Amino acid sequence: MMESLLNPQTFMVFKVVVVFISVLTLVALATWAERRGAAFIQDRVGPNRVAFFGKIRIFGLGQPLADGLKLFFKEDLFPLHVDRVLYVIAPIISFIPATMTFAAIPFGKPFVKDGVQYYLSILPPDTNIGILYIFALAGMGVYGIIVGGWASNNKWSMLGAMRASAQVISYELAMTLAVVGVVLSAGSLRLDKIIEAQSGMWNVVPQFLGAIVFFVSMFAETNRLPFDFAEGESEIIGYHTEYMSMKFSMFFLAEYANMVTASGLFVVLYLGGWHFPYLDKTVAGSIIAFVIKLLVVLWSFIWIRWTLPRFRYDQLMRLGWKIMLPLSLINLVIVALFYAYGG
Amino acid sequence: MAIKKDVKLSWWDKLYLPAVIKGMFITISHFFKTLFTPPSKRYTIEYPDRRKEDIPEWYRGLHRLNTYEDGTLKCVACFCCATACPADAIYIEPEDLEDFDKEHPKEKAPKVFQIDLHRCIYCGFCEEACPKDAIQLTNHYEIVHTSREAGVFGIEELVKTKSEGGE
Repeated sequence: MMESLLNPQTFMVFKVVVVFISVLTLVALATWAERRGAAFIQDRVGPNRVAFFGKIRIFGLGQPLADGLKLFFKEDLFPLHVDRVLYVIAPIISFIPATMTFAAIPFGKPFVKDGVQYYLSILPPDTNIGILYIFALAGMGVYGIIVGGWASNNKWSMLGAMRASAQVISYELAMTLAVVGVVLSAGSLRLDKIIEAQSGMWNVVPQFLGAIVFFVSMFAETNRLPFDFAEGESEIIGYHTEYMSMKFSMFFLAEYANMVTASGLFVVLYLGGWHFPYLDKTVAGSIIAFVIKLLVVLWSFIWIRWTLPRFRYDQLMRLGWKIMLPLSLINLVIVALFYAYGG
Repeated sequence: MAIKKDVKLSWWDKLYLPAVIKGMFITISHFFKTLFTPPSKRYTIEYPDRRKEDIPEWYRGLHRLNTYEDGTLKCVACFCCATACPADAIYIEPEDLEDFDKEHPKEKAPKVFQIDLHRCIYCGFCEEACPKDAIQLTNHYEIVHTSREAGVFGIEELVKTKSEGGE
């Protein structure tokens, strides 16, 4: 029975459903962890009172569900001054790439059954462009922000969107150059080859500089604190000021989905993907190893958010252009020299 | 005009990362501290489940009309509290008494003594104005009503007010 069920077609559908659901679940969990973690870091208690059936509290895990329901049933107004078409499209542009990006990330060890090779990533890894696909889609995400800011027809939203676009452009350079180092060392753009190349030593050790640059740029790319200029919560008004209910929550979900994907990408590029001593002998073990690493990186997003204050905008630009870009270039040169003469 | 601060950072400080890591250790230590503190020992008292037991004596909560041991009201309907009240929350209707032969002889007593708890600002002026020590603010802090009428307390309710934690 199992054998007849396990064929490439059903496996594909199974993968898509499972990955999509688990990414969205992880997003919900991340919002919960964000609020509870923030509370604990600040010696508070945090949301812990939402109970299923009025009884079962389980540390307030029902909070994301309640938040989602609230946002879903909220009144959905159109402010009179917005550009209606763009206003509706912007959250979609933001949300779809955020959920699509995870498709290229291999989250487990490939296995062979009945002479057929099964890969644990939605996109087959022999599409040679795994990493380019991710960067292309991640670059799409900022359009959602820009379009949202423009459609709001509000000068502060527009300024927030401008900040976001300038920031993403500055940090994408450094990020991509850091990744070029990884690509050089693996000799391939395929993410499974990159993971394979790290079976001995994770990239974070030889390419420490690149890892730091990537890690910092990751925060800037996902618009998270200390680089959340696009949103700017209370002090500077962000791009989604004019958004409400489900359209707002699309932006919100996109931010957290981007966090999940960025964490996944960092794990794949620098922390050896699903490799872990003794754990990656089996397929299930490799998936567990990947998920654990992803959760650790995801937690670091929250952890850093409640540790560092926001940068000033000129500090952000200086950090991006004068420090991150040269550092990633130095990393690239070191890796290139090593592979030209040393390796 | 922006004031240019002359702060010289050392090479180590300019790396920023050590300071960031130090800060992250501080936050995570707070995280684990809160995580491993049982809810009963945290700063936050999760109210309906747990109540704050050590409300100080001087806390200004619900009023009480004090009585002598034999149950007669100390209040002599002098209107001092009603006059002192900045929120105009006290309403008194006096009645004349001629009970000079009793243990606590009084000329006047309130027939109606109402405090509108929705108007009251719990300032304690009534307590200070009272010449007979008849009205007192207790540390009973759970004052909940479901209607405006229920918030108007008469003599019967005010006499019964109990303090928290047993005096």
